[in-house]
Amino acid sequence: MMISNGIEDEEKWLAEGIAGIQHNAFYLHRALDSNNLREALKYSALLLSELRTSRLSPHKYYELYMRAFDELRRLEMFFKDENRHGCSVVDLYELVQHAGNILPRLYLLCTVGSVYIKSKEAPAKDVLKDLVEMCRGVQHPIRGLFLRSYLAQISRDELPDIASEYEGEGDTFMDAVEFVLQNFAEMNKLWVRMQHQGPLREREKLDKERNELRDLVGKNLHVLSQIEGVDLEIYRDTVLPRVLEQVVNCKDELAQYYLMDCIIQVFPDEYHLQTLETLLGACPQLQSAVDIKTVLSRLMERLSNYAASSPEVLPEFLQVEAFTKLSNAIGKVIEAQVDMPIVGAITLYVSLLTFTLHVHPDRLDYVDQVLGACVKKLSGKAKLEDSRVTKQVVALLSAPLDKYNDIVTALTLSNYPRVMDHLDAATNKVMAMVIIQSIMKNNTCVSTSDKVEVLFELIKGLIKDIEGTSTDELDEEDFKEEQNSVARLMHMLYNDDPEEMLKIINTVWKHIMAGGPKRLPFTVPPLVFSALKLVRRLQVQDGDVAGEEVPATPKKIFQLLNQIIEALSVVPSPELALRLYLQCAEAANDCDLEPVAYEFFTQAFVLYEEEVADSKAQVTAIHLIIGTLQRMNVFGIENRDTLTHKATGYSAKLLKKPDQCRAVYACSHLFWVDDQDGTKDGERVLLCLKRSLRIANAAQQMVNVTRGSSGPVTLFVEILNKYLYFFEKGSPQITGAAIQGLIDLIKTEMQSDSTTSNPASDAFFASTLRYIRFQKQKGGAMGEKYDPIKL
Amino acid sequence: MDWAGLLGWVSIGLGDLDLIKFLFFQFGAVDFRSDPNSLSPVSVFPIRGLDWIRLCIAMNYIIGAFKPACHISFTFFDGKSRKQVPSKKENGQTLMVPLFQSQENIVGKISIEPVSGKKVEHNGIKVELLGQIEMYFDKGNFYDFTSLVRELDVPGELYERKTYPFEFSTVEMPYETYNGVNVRLRYVLKVTINRGYAGSIVEDQDFVVRNYTPPPSINNSIKMEVGIEDCLHIEFEYNKSKYHLKDVIIGKIYFLLVRIKLKNMDLEIRRRESTGSGANTHVETETLAKFELMDGAPVRGESIPIRLFLSPYELTPTYQNINNKFSVKYYLNLVLVDEEDRRYFKQQEITMFRLAETS
Repeated sequence: MMISNGIEDEEKWLAEGIAGIQHNAFYLHRALDSNNLREALKYSALLLSELRTSRLSPHKYYELYMRAFDELRRLEMFFKDENRHGCSVVDLYELVQHAGNILPRLYLLCTVGSVYIKSKEAPAKDVLKDLVEMCRGVQHPIRGLFLRSYLAQISRDELPDIASEYEGEGDTFMDAVEFVLQNFAEMNKLWVRMQHQGPLREREKLDKERNELRDLVGKNLHVLSQIEGVDLEIYRDTVLPRVLEQVVNCKDELAQYYLMDCIIQVFPDEYHLQTLETLLGACPQLQSAVDIKTVLSRLMERLSNYAASSPEVLPEFLQVEAFTKLSNAIGKVIEAQVDMPIVGAITLYVSLLTFTLHVHPDRLDYVDQVLGACVKKLSGKAKLEDSRVTKQVVALLSAPLDKYNDIVTALTLSNYPRVMDHLDAATNKVMAMVIIQSIMKNNTCVSTSDKVEVLFELIKGLIKDIEGTSTDELDEEDFKEEQNSVARLMHMLYNDDPEEMLKIINTVWKHIMAGGPKRLPFTVPPLVFSALKLVRRLQVQDGDVAGEEVPATPKKIFQLLNQIIEALSVVPSPELALRLYLQCAEAANDCDLEPVAYEFFTQAFVLYEEEVADSKAQVTAIHLIIGTLQRMNVFGIENRDTLTHKATGYSAKLLKKPDQCRAVYACSHLFWVDDQDGTKDGERVLLCLKRSLRIANAAQQMVNVTRGSSGPVTLFVEILNKYLYFFEKGSPQITGAAIQGLIDLIKTEMQSDSTTSNPASDAFFASTLRYIRFQKQKGGAMGEKYDPIKL
Repeated sequence: MDWAGLLGWVSIGLGDLDLIKFLFFQFGAVDFRSDPNSLSPVSVFPIRGLDWIRLCIAMNYIIGAFKPACHISFTFFDGKSRKQVPSKKENGQTLMVPLFQSQENIVGKISIEPVSGKKVEHNGIKVELLGQIEMYFDKGNFYDFTSLVRELDVPGELYERKTYPFEFSTVEMPYETYNGVNVRLRYVLKVTINRGYAGSIVEDQDFVVRNYTPPPSINNSIKMEVGIEDCLHIEFEYNKSKYHLKDVIIGKIYFLLVRIKLKNMDLEIRRRESTGSGANTHVETETLAKFELMDGAPVRGESIPIRLFLSPYELTPTYQNINNKFSVKYYLNLVLVDEEDRRYFKQQEITMFRLAETS
């Protein structure tokens, strides 16, 4: 046999073959035109002899075959018309078998056979059986495949199917099934044999060539699926077992993969459903190199779609226990194919999971079962490094989230976290983010501490450093994003029952306390606020539950808060801790818990003293303290005095004069709470204001000394505004005269040469004056009060 | 030499289905391109055919020199209804001649008509029925195994057309007409007008004899396992050991072991004609049919069907020791060819017989 030396040679041979066909076709047409049977047979045989070549690749051979095929169509027309050749079809059937060469002989026999069946002079089944048997004579893979494909082609319309004209009188569709099955089996054998045809080094080329031919084989399955008579019973009892027998026994990976896929694609879904066991039973028997995961994935995909197509089919799935069967099959396949890479196994589980989510959305136990199987597969293996595997695992874990839109569901899956454990740190984080995003997107509320426990177990990659992973390579922005997500998550943890809510908070705290200095600043505030929210809720309910033994009392919560914030303060993140202390103090105030509030304030002051060193931070902090303290009404006089005293003291000790000034006049509010029963200590207000005036003055002078010109009058204007405030509030110590004096002072300052004018402070002053003027004009009590002030 | 060209003229004027079949086989189907080692097609038909043609030309020459004095024609009693079969003459032409079988009555008339009123003197007229065997190494020397004579007329003169009835009753004709490579067996009716010194006028009428045999009561199949150790084991089966001439050989070849790369497999029908006896025995083997059974390389467990129609081939029954002069035997030869064109074959004798045609 010649081995082709190149494409050029092949082209040449093809051209020769085509020329040979054309040449003989010319004489064939002439013979047909003159109704000369003898000549027609002679030239058709010569024409078909061109198909005896061994030199062409399947692709080229196909070209040649198609040309011969066209000519055979003409010949068939001629055979059909007995008037033209005067030879009965029975005689014709014998006559063509006189041809000495087998390939032309069988092509002619098939052609006449088709006419024979159409003539109904013999039962279709006998003719078909004869044809399919006789074709055994061609054992050359390519020539045999094409010959049998020709047989399949011409017999397609003549199969004795139900309701076809060839049915009846002993011809049943079963004969058609038998015929197609046999032809299929033979074609498959030839196809598989191709791989042994050439030298090993041409293996790749052979595989390619074989792939080109696969549809010839698959076509038979398609024909089978088209036979009306093949109902479920026939399919289950005859067709499928026979086809699978071929598939399994051929022991060829290419064929097995293609044919399994073919079976899944051509036969109806309900058949697959009812024959799952058989179909799946074949899977573990396939060669280990077969890409069985794709096959099964496609099957499950089809079944999923089928389930989705109409709700009426769902009972069928239950009835046949589709899930259990699929699950078992996958288990067996994985067991059987020891070489299967882990990614393959996981892909299979992903498919199974998708399937069960579609078909049995209510069966969480199935989902858990799949995950459990996955865990089993993964157990004993090191953390997954292969990115393809982790990708599949992420897909696996994301599927239930997408389906249920509800993390809560996933939280009940005991195997879910165990699967996550097998992910490497980075992927684990990715997965945790997916979970959090899912919660956010769906606004899911996680409402029990158990679930919270599970949830935080799942996302622990974000919550704390996992051992053995270096944190150096972390991207700062990613980290922030992650921690912000965790923070947002905390607001989704909610239960109406305070007791449970407290448990939730406890649980969360338990988890996040391990987060380390980098995480706590992100995670503590939301938790604190969450706790405070609970406090406020309790406070509202207070009346209802009073007297009962309640586990969740504000007191307890505040104790917890204290711990939490303390953790933050040692991080250290003093400013944040300070704010939170103040928040807590305020809440405690609202709960009428004086000692608690006092404690929080103490903590805040301690922090201020010991940790807040930056002067800018101090300014902010002191203002916060003052603001909070002002609103406190829970303190007794003594406590309050202590705290206000401290606050004013610190205010006066700020570094920069303007800061001092502002802090001090802010302190004035500590002595005048504009409530019904608030402190109204006009004396001390005035003291504060005067003191701030002094400081402002000192500041002015300092500027004068250092720069040679006075600073702006802004501070004075601000103090003036304070005066106006307290004046209006009716503090007896703040008099119109004092205001008058201050206005004059400012005016003088502004006119002084040494003062640099500042448009902002000028405008501020102007609008302050405008306000006074407005009040005067408005008249009434306030107008009268303002009256004495001269502008 | 173009084999098809040699046979081309045979078909002229014949529309018979059988002949079509024959020709189709010969012309259309067998393609020898693939197998240069096979028998040359020319050898299927003996070169001696050409010698016959030469001989006939010589005879024509002689007859042309002495114009026949009278015209002799044969009419058979049942000539209209009797079957005619083609028979190849010495000059290569095919004539339709009547067909008889043993123990039939050969009855008819012979009419003799002198040419244009010339009278023909003769010393008596006779008709002979001869059964002759002619060996080609001994050409022209006929061995008559049957010879019957009927006197038609006493010496006298013929003036006008005269018709003589003749009859040979229940003639024993045990042997069939046969045209072989080295031997010919023929039957002839020979009219002789004895004219003494002027030379006798002789006219021949050939006829063909075919004898029919009933189907054999025992007809076993041929079944055999053959092979080359650790290389090729096959089991083949032909459904019968005795076939009639229009029979079909049905069978199969089962591959038990295949370790060589086969290319194809043919079934050949071979005729073995042995002539003479003792030291002078001469054996000639012809391949009458070469029928491709399989294309490509089978694997273990494959079973290849055989269905070979015998009607397209010019076969005769098996002849055992015809008058101690010759024998004709038939063989089926199964030939497997591997990719290096090595041939493996197994030859099996089959018995051919002629079954009475039912028509």
